[in-house]
Amino acid sequence: MSDSLSQRYQPGSSPLHRLDPRVKLVVTLILVLGITLTPAQAWPAYPLLWALVASIAALGGIGAGRLARLGSVALPFALAAATLLFTTPGDPAAHVLGLTITHEGIARFAAVVLKSWLAVQAALLLSLTTHPTDLLWALSSLRVPTVLVQILSFMIRYLDTLRDEVDRLNRARASRSASVPGHKSGGNVVWRATVAGHMAGSLFLRSLERSERVYAAMQARGYRGEMRVLAAPPLTPRAVLWGAVPVIALGLIEALAALWWHR
Amino acid sequence: MFGPIFLAMHIPDGFVNVPVGLVGWALMIVFVGVALRQTGRQLGERQIPLMGVLAAFIFAAQMINFPVAGGTSGHLLGGALAAILLGPWAAVLVMTSVIAVQGLLFQDGGLLAMGFNTINMGILTAFVGYAVYSVVRKALGGTPTASIVGAAAAAWVTVEAAATATSLELAISGTSALDVALPAMVGVHAVIGLGEALVTAGAVAFVQQTRPDLMPHAQASASSTRGTGWIAAGLVLALAVAFASPLASSHPDGLERVAEDKAFMDEAEDAPYSILPDYTVPGIDNETVTTIAAGVIGVLIVAAVGYGAARVSQREHSPQA
Repeated sequence: MSDSLSQRYQPGSSPLHRLDPRVKLVVTLILVLGITLTPAQAWPAYPLLWALVASIAALGGIGAGRLARLGSVALPFALAAATLLFTTPGDPAAHVLGLTITHEGIARFAAVVLKSWLAVQAALLLSLTTHPTDLLWALSSLRVPTVLVQILSFMIRYLDTLRDEVDRLNRARASRSASVPGHKSGGNVVWRATVAGHMAGSLFLRSLERSERVYAAMQARGYRGEMRVLAAPPLTPRAVLWGAVPVIALGLIEALAALWWHR
Repeated sequence: MFGPIFLAMHIPDGFVNVPVGLVGWALMIVFVGVALRQTGRQLGERQIPLMGVLAAFIFAAQMINFPVAGGTSGHLLGGALAAILLGPWAAVLVMTSVIAVQGLLFQDGGLLAMGFNTINMGILTAFVGYAVYSVVRKALGGTPTASIVGAAAAAWVTVEAAATATSLELAISGTSALDVALPAMVGVHAVIGLGEALVTAGAVAFVQQTRPDLMPHAQASASSTRGTGWIAAGLVLALAVAFASPLASSHPDGLERVAEDKAFMDEAEDAPYSILPDYTVPGIDNETVTTIAAGVIGVLIVAAVGYGAARVSQREHSPQA
């Protein structure tokens, strides 16, 4: 097995790890919303937002550099926004391949990329410090339908199992298609894609059969269609207070950004 | 683990603005709510283990890759495959779970963007995929070969539909220029869609050969109403896209020409203009609202038709169930 599902989650006992997952989930959503709402040209807001995210990360024992690096996973998507460089009307800044890049275009592109990078870091704070089980429990106490949460929990439980199944399918394919170095082997792209399709079909049958065994085992243990879960512990005022701090900080930054924007 | 091709479909946060993100969430909640009820009624107490394991299946199936050329590799997205093997409502649920876990645990796709990510890769693919598969399969006489051709067509169309929807959402959010991004996205995904078509067809061929009893039409062939319902749903959805895209694409074109002329002349006095996000400039506002409204109405009609069709088939099935 290459890497486990819980790869993102880093076990720990920092204040951030111990914070009520419901508070963490809500604060994360507010942070993402706030970052997205930041006016594009309110430049001083961006380093402040970054400082906010980085200081929460520090509470969870996560280095700012590491968080920044992990946060850059979504950056290739910026290619979709690169069109803004050329299509935003304004002051010409440079000419590339016969296209004109405008200052306004650069500003809008930079704002989109910065917002995305900050939002991904905010979301990482949640997944790095919260065990998937706690996250699901937080979802259900935020009125996400119980059935959906149970489906997600089953999915997470069987992810690693099915990933192992994929590894076995890959190994089998590799052994069947041994190649002599320097010689072309393995057919053309169409053939290779079809083989991948057969593997997916095989994985489907194995998954379906596994789900039937799982269901039979659950029935044998008295499953009647509802899952038993422990009652959620009450939300402590302390946890809410901790959660309020970053939200207030975010509010202040956004207020400043709005002022700057109207200057 | 996830290549750039994969990321090209999962919109991260920051690329959809807040109103667009919230519209996406609202639509997702409606569809997932209906999907939960539909699959719950159909599967009963088997719903949770079956849907959960099959969501893990799609997640794992996306890791099966095949070398294409020059060190790049392709892999399955799975929306069409889920729709063909499980039917549209179960596919909605399975794909939603996959996208939720990818967004929450792996930051593959944003949180605010999760609504439209689910619509693009789960809901749209489920209905469009199922409709195309059913129409093509029926048109070619319902033979096993017809199923394979139908699966390939459905897979290609769903990838193109998702790419089109993604570029529309980005354009409405003002983070991408539609007249450049749409042809680029549709063009690139026309090629990616070929890989999806081959893998999906391969998977359907495999299942059909080894366990023909598992193909959905093996059980549901009795009710023809169900099929026509989905065909109608697919048609309405296609119409919605057809109406929405010229609406969205014609406007920025004209706007940019005007703004380009204007921006150079009025730059000094036009200071507030440059700091307003482009797509909230007076005049565009209307057009944006119209586009969103068109999209929403189209999708809601599909929901209504789909739900109606499902109710009809439910009534037909109830004596046996």
